[in-house]
Amino acid sequence: MEGNTDMTKIQHEIISDFMLFDDWMEKYEYIIDLGKELPLINEKYKTDEYIIEGCQSKVWLHAALINGKMDYSADSDAIITKGIIGLLIRVMNHQTPEEIASSDLFFISEIGLQEHLSPTRSNGLVGMVKKMKIEAIKSLNQ
Amino acid sequence: MTKLIHALKNQFNVSVIRDQFPALRQKIYGKNLVYFDNGATSQKPQVVIDAINRYYALENANIHRGVHFMSQRATSDFEAARIRIQKHLNARKSEEIIFTKGTTDSINLVAFSYGELLNKGDEIIISAMEHHGNIVPWQMLCARKGLVLKVIPINTNGEIIQEEYDKLLSNKTKLVSVIHISNTLGTVNPVKEMIKKAHAVGAKFLLDGAQSIQHMKIDVKDLDCDFYVFSGHKVFGPTGIGVLYGKEALLDAMPPYQGGGDMIEKVTFEKTTYNHLPHKFEAGTPHIAGGICLGTAFEFLSTIDLIESEAYERELAHYAEQVLETFEDLTIIGTAKNKTSVVSFNVKGLHPFDIGTLLDKQGIAVRTGHHCTQPLMDFYKIPGTVRASFAFYNTKEEVDFFAEALEKSINILR
Ligand SMILES: Cc1ncc(COP(=O)(O)O)c(C=O)c1O
Repeated sequence: MEGNTDMTKIQHEIISDFMLFDDWMEKYEYIIDLGKELPLINEKYKTDEYIIEGCQSKVWLHAALINGKMDYSADSDAIITKGIIGLLIRVMNHQTPEEIASSDLFFISEIGLQEHLSPTRSNGLVGMVKKMKIEAIKSLNQ
Repeated sequence: MTKLIHALKNQFNVSVIRDQFPALRQKIYGKNLVYFDNGATSQKPQVVIDAINRYYALENANIHRGVHFMSQRATSDFEAARIRIQKHLNARKSEEIIFTKGTTDSINLVAFSYGELLNKGDEIIISAMEHHGNIVPWQMLCARKGLVLKVIPINTNGEIIQEEYDKLLSNKTKLVSVIHISNTLGTVNPVKEMIKKAHAVGAKFLLDGAQSIQHMKIDVKDLDCDFYVFSGHKVFGPTGIGVLYGKEALLDAMPPYQGGGDMIEKVTFEKTTYNHLPHKFEAGTPHIAGGICLGTAFEFLSTIDLIESEAYERELAHYAEQVLETFEDLTIIGTAKNKTSVVSFNVKGLHPFDIGTLLDKQGIAVRTGHHCTQPLMDFYKIPGTVRASFAFYNTKEEVDFFAEALEKSINILR
């Protein structure tokens, strides 16, 4: 339960960060800066094996279980997608598989980014979140 | 960024036209909407919206089968729409106008039904700049009947290489199916000459008019195409309705596509005979409101001088290109000599999706991605483009606003 409050706490932190922004462009500037800052994935995982093909942008995801916690790294060819990945990883990284499998990512719609995680958006993010959970469930059953 | 001074022809009154489109008046994320996604679908004028309302409020009835007043009125309105479209296209007979669901549906109808007349080894020619809707139905037909699909290459400007077309044509060619105006590049293809060449080897010609019907005066008799197809929703009409024009003798020779009510003359369990044109190809209750209101869209179009609006749109697209050329590291994709209404581009190092997302947040609707032309993207070795596509209700001021928003987006992304 400890970890779960952790995920909830991080999500609330992100929500209050986003409350600072007055308009959409400021929000996106922040996301884009996140995308620029983060070296998200080891280049050796940027291969077809780890790709989640979206119609608009591509996402690469690598997941591993390290000391009982999930370790995620991911990247995208689109910077906005990459910035949102940064947020998702901030919430989900180093949490236990149980917590991730049952997590509710409420922050996405709270900060108004739900369009990027709608199934019709096809930027690879929906597939990525699904895969993050599946990888967590897989490591539960290992 | 340099502001270009430009005098658009003033005999064409954009503000009068704009006023008729309520959707253009709204704010998106608190910003004035700039709608530059006309290639995907056009907005609707008030007369069309009113006609849709009126149909469902008062006129709704099934057609071709009622003794009562309402059914007869709906039938005659539906058939009047057909005649209006026939006149607009300058087709010989209203029987040559088949209502379909849209461009894709029309092409599938031809691929199935004309395809039934073809034999193993026959060849179909398309171009390298086709929309998936004018690729996949032919691939399916080729797989079904053992036909061969040939593709005319294009040059880097985005023009069909005519010498290559000449080489592909032979007495094995049974059909050429080509896009009139490219939805991705804006290229206006020299289809009249291409149709002549196809006929010279005895092949039929299908013209994909999804992007030409709304941008120029179409005369199917003058073009002499065998089929012309388009979607209602791209020409200021409703979604879910479109047209297949076909020459009468050819349509007569083709077997029906779908079976059901309306398309029959007499049904017994032993044998069914088919209805005459156009009903032979319109099985089941059609999109009655769609057909009638597509007629209204053409009535609206008849109030506009299409020669003037075409000139205006070409000038607007040209202006947009001039403005975009002042951006560093920006490449325009599609530089055909003859082009209109579409400007596709990429900015070095930036993903089209990112640019499109930031433009959206500034109230500007463009499309990003491959525009249903993946083989064309492969040709240019790019994942996609940002596409601004115009209609005659767009303005130079909107282009200026778009350019400012683009500059802002690029600065944020860099
Ligand atoms: C050139 C072209 N052909 C075919 C289509 C398909 O039209 P629809 O989706 O209305 O059937 C389109 C629309 O995107 C188009 O631009």
